[in-house]
Amino acid sequence: MYSVILATASRYLLTLILMFSVFMLLRGHNEPGGGFVGGLVAAAAYALYCIANGIDAARAIFRFDPLRVVALGLLLALLSTVPSLVSGQPFMTGMWFDTGLALIGKVGTPLLFDFGVYFLVLGITLTIIFSLAGEDSRS
Amino acid sequence: MLGLILTGFAASALAPVLYRRYRENFGWIAVTFPLYMFFSFLSRYPRIAAGEPVRESFPWVPALGINFSFLLDGLSLTFVLIITLVGAAVFLFAGAYMKGYEHAGRFFLYIGVFMTSMLGLVLSDNMLLLFVFWELTSVSSFLLIGFSHQKESSRKSALQALLVTGGGGLAMLAGMLLLGNVTGTYEISSFYDMNRVITAHAHYPAIVVLLLCGAFAKSAQFPFHFWLPNAMEAPTPVSAYLHSATMVKAGIYLIARLNHEIGGTPLWQDTVLVTGAATMLFTAMLAFRQTDLKKLLAYSTLAVLGTLVMLLGIGSKLAIKAFFIYLIAHSLYKGTLFLVAGILDHETGTRDVRKLGGLRRAMPVTAAAAALASFSMMGVIPLVGFIGKETVYKAILELEPWGLPLIAAAVLANAFVVMVTLLVGFRPFWGKLQKTPKQPHEAPLKMLAGPLLLAVLGLLFGLFPDFFISAMLEQSARSILSEVLSLKIVLWQGVNLVLVLSFVTLLLGGLLHALRSALLSRAAIPALPAMLKPSSWYDTALGGMLAFAAMQTRFLQNGYLRNYIIVMLLAAIGLASFVLYRAAGEVSFAPDLSITFYEAALGCIIIAATVLLVTSTSRLKSVVALGVLGFSIGIVFVIYGAPDVALTTFAIETLNVILFVLVLYRLPKFLRLSRSSNRLQDAVIASCVGVFMTVVVLFSTSFDLSSGLKEYFASASLPEGRGRNVVNVILVDFRALDTLGEITVLAVAAIGVLAMLKTGAGRRS
Repeated sequence: MYSVILATASRYLLTLILMFSVFMLLRGHNEPGGGFVGGLVAAAAYALYCIANGIDAARAIFRFDPLRVVALGLLLALLSTVPSLVSGQPFMTGMWFDTGLALIGKVGTPLLFDFGVYFLVLGITLTIIFSLAGEDSRS
Repeated sequence: MLGLILTGFAASALAPVLYRRYRENFGWIAVTFPLYMFFSFLSRYPRIAAGEPVRESFPWVPALGINFSFLLDGLSLTFVLIITLVGAAVFLFAGAYMKGYEHAGRFFLYIGVFMTSMLGLVLSDNMLLLFVFWELTSVSSFLLIGFSHQKESSRKSALQALLVTGGGGLAMLAGMLLLGNVTGTYEISSFYDMNRVITAHAHYPAIVVLLLCGAFAKSAQFPFHFWLPNAMEAPTPVSAYLHSATMVKAGIYLIARLNHEIGGTPLWQDTVLVTGAATMLFTAMLAFRQTDLKKLLAYSTLAVLGTLVMLLGIGSKLAIKAFFIYLIAHSLYKGTLFLVAGILDHETGTRDVRKLGGLRRAMPVTAAAAALASFSMMGVIPLVGFIGKETVYKAILELEPWGLPLIAAAVLANAFVVMVTLLVGFRPFWGKLQKTPKQPHEAPLKMLAGPLLLAVLGLLFGLFPDFFISAMLEQSARSILSEVLSLKIVLWQGVNLVLVLSFVTLLLGGLLHALRSALLSRAAIPALPAMLKPSSWYDTALGGMLAFAAMQTRFLQNGYLRNYIIVMLLAAIGLASFVLYRAAGEVSFAPDLSITFYEAALGCIIIAATVLLVTSTSRLKSVVALGVLGFSIGIVFVIYGAPDVALTTFAIETLNVILFVLVLYRLPKFLRLSRSSNRLQDAVIASCVGVFMTVVVLFSTSFDLSSGLKEYFASASLPEGRGRNVVNVILVDFRALDTLGEITVLAVAAIGVLAMLKTGAGRRS
């Protein structure tokens, strides 16, 4: 079932919801939110797009293989552990660097870790949704 | 030494690449690796001989007492030199021998890893490090025995060797852990002087039994001996190297290494002595029926391993001396004979002794090497084997009161070994020329150099024993007994009882050889009943384990998701109820029953949604009801001030509905497939879970829940985690390791989902 209204709206909604998801991710450190919710919200954006425009369009606009995004997330999470290992502190000690830049402010390994969680959750959810929807369109 | 070990592994990894490029003369390239190791260690010979052991230690997991600690003393240096020298002969030989095999590059990788691990094993000063290398040798042995993996017998033998030695290794690990608990350290040299403490400890018998299990399994002592003859499925260089000269001596090395620390008690000495003597006698007699060159050699190796263990069990100065000389002599002559067997197999196409004969004209050099090694193996003057056997007999005769029966057993066993030698070392070369599958001709230098070198060394060691052996013997004895031997090694000790016994051994051996075919053709010897064979115990145990695994897989992993859930729920309820029941007395239920309007309304919505969910005959309705249920619970979180949990719940519920909708399309029309009895059962289980959860919640409210954690995390969140959202800081900082584990599990689950959807039921429909 194709709905012109939904299809048109979903294009704008996709951008909006994605921005919202990044917002959720970044505010997570101080307010409710975080990588997990952010990832789920981002996945919901693509799920909406998929329902409105079909699986092939959704795959095309996402561009990456979701499983690679899972790998990317896991890799980022692991990378965030490297500074603590290199500097000889207990494994996964959070380390912060004050960049002194406006808008960016402090960056730290927990933030990188949260980015990892974000991509991983996004990748997993899309892996499942895309494969289920893909099976569906074939049958 | 850590550097050399790491170099060894790196060099092994390079082998397949180099092999592809320099296939023709790879033996000459490969031989540089053990030779380099040999000379690296030989350069430390003067220091060790002067009585200054070399120690090195690098921390690995210091919190658990695991370190890369290495100790090079007389005992380890002797083993190192044997490993590298025989290694050099074998590597060069294998370069030519393995050409006919596929993937020979891999062979050099495996055998290189083996050699390095074996070096690590004898150099380790840390028990747990020793265990790691020990298992590495088992694994590389597994890969090498199963090298011709297209043959079922190879695979079976490889698995058997792995299970027996690996199982023994696990027992040994348990023994090491116990020993570590008693001594408070895993560094072997740290508990060198703690013999009193260890032997008096209540766990001492368990330590001895467990450690000896490992050592006996590795060194193929009775009743674990059966894996070694089967391991002859491996390519011949492997049999020469792992299964006669080096790996099977790891267990003996362990017994020798720990002899001073945990030995000296009747339990230790008698167990070692009796096991060794039994292995020596029985396995030597088992050689009688064999006709395959390699199997004959394997059984004689077993007899020698038994003798070596027995000597450690005797444990006198003279016995240690005999142990040491016999160890070296055996490595030299057995390595040679195995390689000669490899040459015979390679050049004639058969290993059956009945089909070989008269090859001395075609293969004069091989025949000479074989003869030299054989004389050493039989104990003929002036080879090193002669000194070995003389000293063994002398050490046994000294023993009171079991010297006499033991010497009889030793003479008999050695007579069988002499018979094996006559069959393997002489019979193929003398007598009438027999027709063989291939036209025999002399082997190339690459194959001859190794065995010749070892055979000649056997002669030199015999002629100048003092020069070659004395210094290392002194230093090794200090490690094994912590005493100075001051026993001179001489070739000729005059005419005495021992010399007479040597003659008797040779005569008996000759007699056995002469009578062998007559006895065998009459089939006068009945085969052992299966009940008495340790190998059939192994088969039974393995079969039983597989049958049990199949049974419990059918029962537990039956493929019905509902069954899994039922098992999990019932197990959780059962176990937790037990705990709750025991604590029931201390609890007073005093739930706060003041309910607000929101709570009452939400409760009604949840109940209504649940009823709809269970009774509906439309899937879409059920999914919507499930969504309502989830969102209501999310609102509960909002009311009680957990915005993070509520957010996540909402997101999850939304996606859940989407997922369900995606699947719903594909299902057929709704049908009731379950019987009412099934549904009744499900209802009962579901109610139990509900009641149980209610009780748990009521329970938890009646306890004081202030653990201090809440306050700690709330106060530490901003200063230490740099964030005001405590939940998030816990997830990504304080307990980030947990999160890392969880997301890894999620990633694996995603792969599982993908695999199931792409290849499983979806494809079939």
